[in-house]
Parts: sequence; C-alpha cells; structure tokens
Amino acid sequence: MNDYRYDNQTVQGFILSAIFWGVVGILVGLLISIQLWAPAANFAPYFTYGRLRVVHTNGLAFGLGAGVIFGLLLYVVMRLSGRPLVFPRLARFQLWYFNLVIAAAALSLFAGWDQSNEYAELEWPLDVAVVVLWVIFAVNVFATIIKRKEPQLYVSLWYTIATVVAIAVLYIVNNLAIPAGLGKSYHLFAGLNSANVEWWYGHNAVGFLFTTPFLAMFFYFMPKALGIPLYSHRLSILAFWSLIFGYLWTGAHHLVYTPIPDWLQTLGIVFTLFLIAPSWGSVINGYYTVGSDWSKMRTNYLAKFFVLAITFYGLQTVQGPTQALRVVSQLIHGTDWVPGHVHMGTMGWVTLTATASIYYVIPRIYGTTIYSEKVANIHFWLVLVGQLLFSVTMWITGIQQGAMWKATNPDGTLKYTFVESLVKNYPYWHTRTLAGLIFTAGMLFFVYNVLMTIRKGRALQASAPAPRASSPAPA
Amino acid sequence: MAGAIYRKPITLAVMATVTILVGSVVTMAYPMLRADMHPKLATLKPYTALQLAGRDVYQREGCMNCHTQVVRPLPSEVARYGAYSQAGEFAYEHPFLWGSKRTGPDLAREGGLRPDAWQYDHLANPQKYVPRSNMPSYAFLKGRLLDADQVTSHLAALAVLHPELKPDPAQVKAELAGKDEADAMVAYLQQLGHAVPRRQALAADLTVENPLAHDVAAVVKGQKLFADNCAVCHGDEAKGQEGIAPSLIDDVFLEVKGDMPDAAYFAMISGGSDAKAGLGRPGLKDGGMTAFGGQLSKQDIWSIIAWLRNQKAHEAAEGDDHDAQEHR
Repeated sequence: MNDYRYDNQTVQGFILSAIFWGVVGILVGLLISIQLWAPAANFAPYFTYGRLRVVHTNGLAFGLGAGVIFGLLLYVVMRLSGRPLVFPRLARFQLWYFNLVIAAAALSLFAGWDQSNEYAELEWPLDVAVVVLWVIFAVNVFATIIKRKEPQLYVSLWYTIATVVAIAVLYIVNNLAIPAGLGKSYHLFAGLNSANVEWWYGHNAVGFLFTTPFLAMFFYFMPKALGIPLYSHRLSILAFWSLIFGYLWTGAHHLVYTPIPDWLQTLGIVFTLFLIAPSWGSVINGYYTVGSDWSKMRTNYLAKFFVLAITFYGLQTVQGPTQALRVVSQLIHGTDWVPGHVHMGTMGWVTLTATASIYYVIPRIYGTTIYSEKVANIHFWLVLVGQLLFSVTMWITGIQQGAMWKATNPDGTLKYTFVESLVKNYPYWHTRTLAGLIFTAGMLFFVYNVLMTIRKGRALQASAPAPRASSPAPA
Repeated sequence: MAGAIYRKPITLAVMATVTILVGSVVTMAYPMLRADMHPKLATLKPYTALQLAGRDVYQREGCMNCHTQVVRPLPSEVARYGAYSQAGEFAYEHPFLWGSKRTGPDLAREGGLRPDAWQYDHLANPQKYVPRSNMPSYAFLKGRLLDADQVTSHLAALAVLHPELKPDPAQVKAELAGKDEADAMVAYLQQLGHAVPRRQALAADLTVENPLAHDVAAVVKGQKLFADNCAVCHGDEAKGQEGIAPSLIDDVFLEVKGDMPDAAYFAMISGGSDAKAGLGRPGLKDGGMTAFGGQLSKQDIWSIIAWLRNQKAHEAAEGDDHDAQEHR
C-alpha cells in the first residue's frame, strides 16, 4: 500500500508536469496562430514564428505527450503487473530529470538551437539527455513487467513495450549527427538520405509517440472506466502486430513528388493504405466494447471522451492514407490542410484519451471521485468544438490554397500569384485563432478540475490519516 | 493463438523489435547502399564560408517552417518556381531543408531571381515589397557580425563527410571580415538552385510588334497588372528604385542609353534576367529580374508594355512642358 502511494505521487507528478508543459505549449500555439495573420506579433529574435513553432511542437510532443506517457504508462504497468514499481526512487528521479530536460529543451529552441529536422529539432546535447531519460523509463517498465505478479501480459503492455523499443531506435538513428560546437550539428545523412531518414523518424514519432502509447492507455482505461471488458483479444493481437509491422514502411509518403526514388514513394504509399486495417481493428475493438452497453454514454461521463477519441483516431487513420495518394498529395501538400489533419489527431484522439485517462487516475490515487463531472462536460464540449472548428477551417483553406496554386489559364500560365493565395488564408487564420481560444478555454477547465480533485483528495487524506495502521483492531 | 509469448515479456520485446526493424531496414537503411540515393550534379558547388554561415542562420531562425526548398514536377509548380528539383542538387544538404509547409513561397530557385539590394531590404521589411505578406522582419540580422572561428569549426565538421570543404582558417577570416548575418543570409539565398540552369529564355525576335500597342483597354489592364506585379520593385510610376530596380520610362535600357523595341521589353518580362544575354546589354551588375513568363499570359505582358509606352510618352510630354516652362 505504502509503495503504491509513493509511486502514485510520482505518477501524479508526471501528470502535473505534463499539464504545465501542455499549457505552455498551447499558449505558444495561440501566439503563433496570431503571428500568421499579424506579423507585428513577432518579437525578434527569440519570439519569431520560426523559433516558436518548434517550441510549440516540441513542447506538446515531448512536454505534454511524453509527460503523460511516463505518468500514465507507469501507472498502467503497475496495475497490470500487480505490483509497485521495482525502482520507485529511479522513477522519482526521472520525474525531476524530465522537467529539467524539457525546460532546457525549450530554452535551447528559443535560442535557435535547431537541427531543422521536424520533431527532431533538439540539438545533440539535448538528444543525449533525452536518450538517458528514455533509458531510465525503459528500466522501470521492463523490470516491473518482468517481476510482475500477473502471468498474462494484457494488450496495453504489448503497446507499452513496442513504444519503448521503437522510440529508442527511431530517436537514436535520426539524431545521428556530426557535432560542430555545443549548439550546432550537421545531420549525418545527406540530401535524399537525410530526407528519407527524417521522415522514417517523423512519421513513426507520430506512430509510436501519439499512437501506440495512447492505444495502451485507451485499451486499459476505457474498459476500466466504463466497467466493460474488452471486446476481442484476438482482434487486439492482429491489430498490434500488423500496426507495428506496417508503420515503419510509410515515411516516404511525406516525400511524394520529391526527388527521392519513385519506388520508395510508392512503397510508402502502399503501406500507408495497408495501415487502415490495423488502425480500424482498434477502432472496431473500441466501438464493440462500448457497444455492448451503449447506456454508458448516458450514465458515465467518461464514455463520450473515449468514444470520440477512438472516432477521431478512426477518421485520422483514413484521412492520412488518403493524403498519401499522389493525386491528393499534389493538391494538399504544403498547404494548411496538413496542420488541420495533425490537429485532429493531437487535439482529438490524443487529448481526449489523455484527459479522460487522467480523470480516471487522479481520483483513484486518493480513493475519491472527480471534483466535478459538470466541469468535465464543459471541458469536453469546448475541446470538441475548438478542435472541429480548427480542423475544418484548415481543410477548407488548404484545398483553396492548393487549388489556387495549381490553377492555370488555357495557355499554361498561372491564374494566381502566390500572394493572392496567401491573402485568401487570412479569414481562415482568424477563425483558427478563435478555435484555439475555445480549445484553450476547454483545457483550462480540465486543469481546474484536476487541481480541485487533488485538493479534494488531499483534504480527505489529512482528515483520515493512515486508516489501517492507526485504527485499533475491531472488537 | 500462440499464447506463450504473451507471458514472456523479453521474447515479446525481441519479436516487436524485429517486426519494427523489417520495414526500417527495407525503406530506411537499405536505400543508403544504393547509388541512386547519392547523386551529385557536376555543376553543384560546395558552400563557401559565407554561404554556409547564411545557411546556419536560415536553420537557426527556422525559415524552413514556412518555406519549402523543393519544386515538385507539376506543370503549375514549374511555371511558378522554375525547373523541378533534381536528386543531384542536395549532396551537401545536412540536413535537407525541403520543409513541409509553404506559408511563404518555395525558395529552391530563389538564387539570382532578385537583386541583392532587394533581398536585404525585404529581409528587414517584407511588407515594403509585399504589403500583405505575413513574414516577420529580420532586421536584427544586420550588424550581427559573423564569428570566423565558429564558421571554421562548422566547415571542419562538414569536412568529415566532404573533404573538399576543409577550411583554411585564414581564408575564412578574410572572407568573413566585416560581414554580418544579413550578408550571409543573402549570400545563401542567392546561391539556391545554382546547380540547375534556369529556363533558357528564347532568343528574342526584335521584329515582333506589340499587337496591343495604343489599345486603350490594354493600357488600362496593363496599369493594373503593373501595379500588382511590377510596382513593388519598379515603383508605382515605373520610375524605379535606387539599387533595386531601374526606371522603365527613361531613355536607358539595361544600363545602356537608347531605347529598345517592345519585343525587348517582352523578352525581359517573360524571361527575366536570363534574357539579358540575348539582348546584348549588361543591365544592373547584381540585377535579378524575375521571369514572369510562367505567371503572365502573352496578352498580359503586351498589355503591360502598352501601358509602359503610354506612361513613357506621358512623361516625355510632361518633360517637354517643364523645359518649356523653365525657358519661358
């Protein structure tokens, strides 16, 4: 009991840290959304769009994303292993070290230490620090699973294991570089290989940072929160192996129509289409689980979070493969369609899964209930409306941009100048900022609800100190 | 269903790793062994110290978050930017800077497209040339002097992979003396796409006459087209801007006194700086006239020339008036 209590505090520490970095990342996101239509909102040299965009993406991927992954997956590993962590103090050290690394990473990006590889912008000293961080996490995950009390490994543990090994391989290979001073390095690979390695990494960072760990959470917390057993373990097995097999082939769909060889592009596109199958395997599993008792949508406030999360995962994993097709890529590549796509995944699937899981975990740490289901519902609707407005707006303007770039007169000359296509974005970019504000408001309701639940739990603990040890044996 | 491995975490981890590595080896590692992933055009030149310093600034400022550097082989894209990107252009790119988002235009063919002075001025104040641009000001690059030792160490790092880049510290020092980050940035931008010859301008047939000369509707249309496409450099009244672009209504054409026929104007607007050679005149030393042949139809270009001629006649008449008044 006491060991769990210590580890649970570590879990809560990761959750609170993730929330902190999440709020920072979202606020930076709001600022850069304004910079897109108001260039005067750039404050050179530290707060220009070019530097802040990477603070936004890294802050949310590694600050919020990895923070949530560390906290919630450690929690899941403990529950599914039927024991506390093998190295509790190491996990506590990891918590402090994680925050230190993320803070240093943010500062380095403000300072312009930027490797220019998307989602791998951190310079080599920080890469080394991140690898150490990941190894510490892996030690606790593997040690606890090996020394588990429960013989069978549940599906969430497979996804956790795959996440740990895949991120290690991807991160190390793509960050191989020749250092040229403390804050500067050059990618080990040149030109075409640099592009190919980067997008092998970039796409799978999405796969193994935003997909597999969140599937691990989804398949643990969704049945737990709703009190419904998972629909099919056989389907989980099929989806798991085909997903982790297929994902690694698909990076080149980011490089359609670039000078990398056609066969690589085609292979990437084909495997991207293949990925619909395992992705929808998880979607079907999720739907059929809730489907055994749809009344949960009325009676359990978390049901809608999980159902919408897996719905967005399903939409995301059809939209992505569609974008990979050459004929679609022609139109939307490089336009605002793409941020629209990404944000459906991050603001929809990832955020809904993470926040619902946190709503499940935090009260359980204190043996209490959520502070307010009403606030959670407000949070849900604001986040949903904000995300939909964001994505739909970006899809519309993205198609418009792509069409204007491609429009030609009968004699082959262009119909529009570049600036004409840019100017058409402004109304949509204004709307996107509005959508961001709505989403941010929703997230602030979430933060408030979590903090108040912790406060409630602490008050409870203080009023009933160590119940079993101190109470006299009943007569 | 082979249930045993779901009780053995180590076996599961090993199998997951192998599963992950299959696609990684085929699509990421194996291509590195192929010659078609290491092409290099004979015309591709390594970076000079100043250009590399500029590329470092480009990376530091995150320019690739808004600008791509890869032209796709699509007709509309080739019309807008120029020749599509070739595999052999990127041998010195560590990392590649193709980007994934075109908030601003592609820069793969930016080199030589505009004069240096335009690039400096535009970096410091983009809205001066493109009033509705959303690009931030990079005025702060001016005056930030380059550190020759740092650039030398950067070149030395790249020389591990490309021996031809091995720097001579004294030479680097001399090359960078007094240069700031704005100089480096402009030097970098002006070499982009250098390995691929730009579209060859067709030899101008100077006997062709403007089919729209003195056509009132064309003159009106030409004025609007000029305002949209040309005025940012040549000024609203086509009188030019010092160091950026010449006046189009004086009697100097491409820096030589004496006008040329309408067909010469057509060749310059359509083909840009590349047409200079065919016209036998030098033009501004670092001049970079954008080729509008891909963006403006023939009708549009002749309309602009019709307006220019009208403007020129107007100016000449006013000039005579002034002279007459002064002599009165």
